[in-house]
Amino acid sequence: MAFSAFASAAPAQEPAPKRRSKIALLLLAPGVLYLVIFFLVPLFTLVTTALQAPTASGDIGQYVPGFEIGNYATVLAQYSPQILRSFGYSLVATVFALLFSYPLAYFIAVKVRHRPLLQNLLLVLVIAPFFISFLLRTMAWKSMLSDESFLVSALKGLSLMAPDAHITGTPFSVIFGLTYNFIPFMTLPLYAVLERLDTRYLEAGSDLYARPFTTFRTITLPLSAPGIISGVLLTFIPAAGDYVNASRQFLGGTGTTMIGNVIDSNFFDLQNYPAAAALSIILMSAILVLVIVYILLSVYVWKTGTEGLL
Amino acid sequence: MAGGVFAESGADLELVGIQKRFPGFTAIEGMDLTIPAGSFFALLGPSGCGKTTTLRLVAGLEEATAGRILIGGKDVTDTKPYQRPVNTVFQSYALFPHMTIIENVAFGLRRRKIADATGKAHEALRLVELDHLAARRPQQLSGGQQQRVALARAIVNRPALLLLDEPLGALDLKLRRQMQLELKSIQEEVGLTFLHVTHDQEEAMTMADTVAVMNKGKIEQLGAPEVLYELPRTAFVANFLGQSNLFTGPVEGTTGDSISVNVEGNRIVVPKSRAQRHSGEVTVGARPEKLTLHVTEPKPEAGTNLLGPGRVIDVSFSGVSTQYIVAIPGLGSIVVFAQNMGVGPLVGEGTETWVSWKVEHGFGLEDEAPRQPRFSSDTDTASIALEKKRALMSELEEA
Ligand SMILES: Nc1ncnc2c1ncn2[C@@H]1O[C@H](COP(=O)(O)OP(=O)(O)O)[C@@H](O)[C@H]1O
Ligand SMILES: [Mg+2]
Repeated sequence: MAFSAFASAAPAQEPAPKRRSKIALLLLAPGVLYLVIFFLVPLFTLVTTALQAPTASGDIGQYVPGFEIGNYATVLAQYSPQILRSFGYSLVATVFALLFSYPLAYFIAVKVRHRPLLQNLLLVLVIAPFFISFLLRTMAWKSMLSDESFLVSALKGLSLMAPDAHITGTPFSVIFGLTYNFIPFMTLPLYAVLERLDTRYLEAGSDLYARPFTTFRTITLPLSAPGIISGVLLTFIPAAGDYVNASRQFLGGTGTTMIGNVIDSNFFDLQNYPAAAALSIILMSAILVLVIVYILLSVYVWKTGTEGLL
Repeated sequence: MAGGVFAESGADLELVGIQKRFPGFTAIEGMDLTIPAGSFFALLGPSGCGKTTTLRLVAGLEEATAGRILIGGKDVTDTKPYQRPVNTVFQSYALFPHMTIIENVAFGLRRRKIADATGKAHEALRLVELDHLAARRPQQLSGGQQQRVALARAIVNRPALLLLDEPLGALDLKLRRQMQLELKSIQEEVGLTFLHVTHDQEEAMTMADTVAVMNKGKIEQLGAPEVLYELPRTAFVANFLGQSNLFTGPVEGTTGDSISVNVEGNRIVVPKSRAQRHSGEVTVGARPEKLTLHVTEPKPEAGTNLLGPGRVIDVSFSGVSTQYIVAIPGLGSIVVFAQNMGVGPLVGEGTETWVSWKVEHGFGLEDEAPRQPRFSSDTDTASIALEKKRALMSELEEA
């Protein structure tokens, strides 16, 4: 769904003549099989696990099939702060990533358009972090932001930070980590649309009395909307479920737990499988609802020309 | 400048010593040009001669390397495009793809906060007969329709100076003629200044009050279409604006008001007033329609140039007139247009003929025609056909 947004404003094509060929079905078979085994079956297991009930003996980690709708109410009551925090952090990180990535992508795609060597170099720099595991990169940030780090001691030395304050373990460091880790996911789709931006439209805007900011608002922004939408989806969805940045082993603390961490601890530490499953389903449904609302808004209210998403 | 009101009238445009250099390439070379307010000015020249660059400089989309640009007496050289009282009809249309046609046309009015932008935009669309497509997107229109929308989008702003970059290039002949008349009447009606760029000499001559012929980044000659046509000053103008028969040779005699030129033993007389140079090697010429064909040798007459005998090597009939190509030994090929007053061509291929024209119809150029004759001297029909094909191909490429 998100990926179709890369093909921005594709001209309406004539529908291909409908012909059901056996070969096409055959070629589809591996994909369908894969989806059934690795998506539908686990989804079914997840739904049933979320409804399991504890055994009569109450042994830890032992559950029997059941229909415990109450599991949802329990986890919602218990973990609503973490659920809300997940979406809050994710939203803020997405906004920051967009604000950082848009000028970056614009610079690479438009400003250095006539210098292909520099353009490619900058693109490689955006993608280069992918070559190192993001666990390692997040770890590196942890040590760079830790209390013993040069940065923190310098800030404390300059009295810009209270002596007993920390950077790691705060909402700031978690949102920072999320933003940092998802910037390439925001930058690349933006780059893809801006790279095709015809600057003659900007000249026409300027010729028609639009100041630079108005040209940006009325021409550049709408023409790059498909990239913004895919970037936002590609950042927001994984960020909401992320459990690395907010984990205490990385940039998080006790007060920054996100829904991913709760699922993680319910599954591996508490062995409360029904709770973990119910939380997963809640996360999935909430993301689905948010994404649908977002796409409907972008198509019908903001009219960004991304009907292709539907 | 781009305030909330329409321009009351056109503004004059003045280019002073404009030069434009791109890295490793000079596109405009010391251009001085004054376009009076309210005139329809055509910039005519072959593809790549710098027409679009000139318009971009005036619109502010390109910065001049040297020189000043004045619009309505105000120096706008250092202002931004959105501050100039100028609108452009772009060669590539540049219609905003994410907006409907009506939104495109109303764009400039909205930016200037002009009342009833939509109403005025509809009015402009009616002018180009496209109001019924107001709700469509540019991609859903044909090339010619897009071009008309681009025209409406610029005209609706009533700019003091309207720049048109080959605005009729994508239209078919009938629509092009219609739009030419339409443009001309719009210009006369609102009294705005139009700077119209084209490589179509007929379009330039039928529409403009003044035509400037441009070549390789320079204006070669400028004037009213009739003057430019009747008295070209350079070989480029003589051949770009219509066709010319050109002959080069030394001036061998001067009388009170004319010079006579010796071209390979033939004497061609040109009035002094119509010759740019009066001594040395000069190139003189005459337009094909000023020439008369004779099948018998006429008596030499004062006031008439006579060349021949030669042979007709090609006859092409084009309805109103017939074009004959006459090969005269030593002079190469001479083109003659004759009105089809009778039935069919006057003479057939291979006929022995003489060519004459009145002295007062000749002209003398300030530069020399390229030494190379336009057709190889042993002109046969095959090589002419080849030449024609080449010319046609290059014309198609330009288009
Ligand atoms: N941005 C540019 N960089 C380098 N050369 C250019 C640029 N724009 C135009 N030119 C060159 O300037 C010349 C004039 O171009 P142009 O004004 O577009 O010609 P025309 O409109 O008369 O066909 C051409 O030779 C073209 O290659
Ligand atoms: Mg051009």
